[in-house]
Amino acid sequence: MLVRIWFSDNILTHQDKSLSVVFATRRWRVNLWQVLPFLIAVLVSVPALVVLVHLAYPMGEVWQHLADTVLSRYVINTVWLALGVGVIGLFIGGGTAWLCANCRFPGRSLFEWALLLPLAVPTYAIAYSYAGLLEYAGPVQSSLREVFGWSRGDYWFPEIHSLPGAILVMAFVLYPYVYLLGRAGFLGQSGSASEISRTLGRGPWRTFFAISLPLARPAMIAGIALMIMEALSDFGAVQYLGVDTFTTGIYRTWFALGAPQAAAQLSAILLLFVFAAMLMEQWSRGRARYYQVTGRDRLSRGIQLRGMSAVLAVIACFVPLALGFLVPSAQLVLWTVESWSEVIDKRFIEYAWHSVSLAALTSALALFLALALRYSLRIGGGWGSRLCIRFAGLGYAVPGSVIAVGVLLPFGFVDRTVDEFAREWFGVSTGLIFTGGIAVMVFGYLVRFLAVALGAVESAMDKISPQLDDAARTLGCGPGQRLWRLHVPLLFNGLVTGGLLVFVDVMKELPATLILRPFNFDTLAVRAFELASDELLAESACASLAIVVVGLIPVIVLSHAVGHFNHAMPRVGDAA
Amino acid sequence: MNTCLPGLEFAGVSHAYATETVVQELNLVVPVGSLTCLLGPSGCGKTTVLRLAAGLETLQIGWIKINGTRVADDTDTSPPEVRDVGLMFQEYALFPHLTVLGNVSFGLDALPAETRETTAKAALAQVGMVGAANAYPHMLSGGEQQRVALARVVAPRPKIMLLDEPFSGLDTELRASLREDTLRLIKETGATTLMVTHDPMEAMLMADHVALMHNGRVIQAGSPMDLYRQPESSFCARFLGEVIDYVGFVRSGEVVTPLGSVPAGGAEDGEEVQILIRPEALHLDQETEVGGVKAKVSDQRDLGPHTKLALQLEESGEQFHVNLSGRDLPSAGSKVAVHLDFSMVFVFPVRDR
Repeated sequence: MLVRIWFSDNILTHQDKSLSVVFATRRWRVNLWQVLPFLIAVLVSVPALVVLVHLAYPMGEVWQHLADTVLSRYVINTVWLALGVGVIGLFIGGGTAWLCANCRFPGRSLFEWALLLPLAVPTYAIAYSYAGLLEYAGPVQSSLREVFGWSRGDYWFPEIHSLPGAILVMAFVLYPYVYLLGRAGFLGQSGSASEISRTLGRGPWRTFFAISLPLARPAMIAGIALMIMEALSDFGAVQYLGVDTFTTGIYRTWFALGAPQAAAQLSAILLLFVFAAMLMEQWSRGRARYYQVTGRDRLSRGIQLRGMSAVLAVIACFVPLALGFLVPSAQLVLWTVESWSEVIDKRFIEYAWHSVSLAALTSALALFLALALRYSLRIGGGWGSRLCIRFAGLGYAVPGSVIAVGVLLPFGFVDRTVDEFAREWFGVSTGLIFTGGIAVMVFGYLVRFLAVALGAVESAMDKISPQLDDAARTLGCGPGQRLWRLHVPLLFNGLVTGGLLVFVDVMKELPATLILRPFNFDTLAVRAFELASDELLAESACASLAIVVVGLIPVIVLSHAVGHFNHAMPRVGDAA
Repeated sequence: MNTCLPGLEFAGVSHAYATETVVQELNLVVPVGSLTCLLGPSGCGKTTVLRLAAGLETLQIGWIKINGTRVADDTDTSPPEVRDVGLMFQEYALFPHLTVLGNVSFGLDALPAETRETTAKAALAQVGMVGAANAYPHMLSGGEQQRVALARVVAPRPKIMLLDEPFSGLDTELRASLREDTLRLIKETGATTLMVTHDPMEAMLMADHVALMHNGRVIQAGSPMDLYRQPESSFCARFLGEVIDYVGFVRSGEVVTPLGSVPAGGAEDGEEVQILIRPEALHLDQETEVGGVKAKVSDQRDLGPHTKLALQLEESGEQFHVNLSGRDLPSAGSKVAVHLDFSMVFVFPVRDR
């Protein structure tokens, strides 16, 4: 029924009135382009909906047990984690963004892109590095003991396996979200606004607080929201650092307690947190649009810092870069040098192959779907298609563990039903058709990362003038031909970027892989996690380092773009 | 109002960005309460002059005075916030995060809270935007935004108003009405105004004085009509209006052009000169008239206020276009005799090109 309303709505609102008089066969083809966004949106939203529906189920015994024992801890830790990462990220990201956008100091052009490097380090990798560096037997404590002649118990040392530890390590790899958007927020401001404020009688400081800061605020809030979403999704770091949050709770409830329904209910509550962050992000982005100028505008020449203030600026930019990227990467490299001969064997190659093939398959599919979605909107979608695409893009906010639960529950149900049906009627067991296969993994990844591909395709497609479509049309190209002969070649760079971003995200993804993978099917991320969990940090470094190295590719692509699009607000997907 | 008093004064001002000199030895006086236009092509340095007056650029050489007080010289530049200047940009530059009322009262925080709003509303009323007081800038059209920007700049009653091509983002009709409003408000506040524009029509419409800038220098200053009627350089003649131009050699105090002989002014015999003729110097008479240069009207296009004629000179075969006003213009195909009004013919040495 809904589909019918959908159809009639789209035919009526179709941009091209000449198509309303069409042959029966043509009509069907046009409708295909329009029903596609709807189908994809429905499929992609299945996991989140399945999880949310569980809120309406009666809370079972396991839930009661959770509520009595760990639930309050999950809530408190999750809230602190989100707040802590957000506040620290605001200071690091906002401060460096302001320095790089409005000041001139030695090394600024280097820091401008290098400050993005921590994005290449997954949260779990930085957690392993710092845990290794700061543990009792690690280099930091060992040298302290050596220098001061202390022994165990003589001195106090901060415990990295703690909530503050998790907050700090995560803030140092996630701050680039605030940096990136905040910098764009400062640079995208009309320079004239500040100058007018000066002539209206406000000095430089008052102008900063009355004009520059408020104008950059929405962009920075959007950055904080993205950071918080990433922190809420993290599983590897909090699990390793022993901080009980919703993601670790979901994992434990699913595997250790074997209670899918309670896991789904936990997931649903986590989703509510995520939605709050997402609303914050969407709202800020809406406002940021009005605060940025896109037309011609003078770039303000910036404040020239000299002497002490220049030194402080360099330190302020170097510390986050060092702590978020240089130190953890150096640690991973050292461990790899130490352990590679034992670690790199046939099996390691196999894990790497699993990671790469999954990532490649997912990026190809994600690009295909994103292209189909955006193109269907372009050739004449109404608000319905627009809404569907928005919906299909929401998955990026849903944590991997939630998606895993939301994928396994319905597919498990289908598997059991088919199996029962087959046994009852044919006397054979079909076993598990979907779950425990590669297909569900790829589906889970698609749900999470389709948004990334959508963002890349969208920003590239926006640059193609609609007049080109019209020209191709008058030259006799149908929708399919226009896609193939016009858009695909013009979008090529955008598609490569989008594919790359999805590729890296899939390589990094830990919790969804951990839950959805077939039995005994390991990837680099899973391997790194398992070895680290067994306290074989040096052995786990090889896999982590491989992920960081691959992750550097899109960061470099992105940092290249940072130099060019000074005025544009980078899109969500581009940053992931 | 004593128009002899200088409101805004520049003396020996030069300014360079990195290695590029954009303003050279500028001397300019804007009398109190008058409107002076800095006219010039883009990149001639006129915006830099405005930014120097506002205090947005640190002065390098020379000095600037506002109402007799030195606000900048090569040792010290006072910041914009203490200069009591109002600045209006082409791109409006409304603060996007503040309402219209918030924008207009932004410069009024020296006033007590209760008078602040009434003052801001009064300024909005003067530009007919009171109804939009609570709207945000992005909800307004370009013309409305510029009206708000105008209200914002006049509300604190600045002594000096600086306008940087304030109307060039608008279409013709809006531009005309905003120009009227701006002139009216400037006269009401009695502010000394320096406006930058590249449009000679705008300068002639609004300015009491015009200073024409070229390559960082003021090459001629005076009333708009002085510049139009008595240009001192071929650049000035060309920039202020249409010209038909020829090159020729002076022979016994005259120079021969396809449109007839023209007095060479001060040029010496044998010198190569350029002759610039304003279209309104052309008088078309019946072909039967004695004298004049014979020409054929090869085409005629009525453009409303004026008519575009294509004239083909019989002797040289040369063809050119002129815009003429009036009703009784010859029709296409008719033959005419062309006479020149020498007051609108300018002769300059060729090296001056």
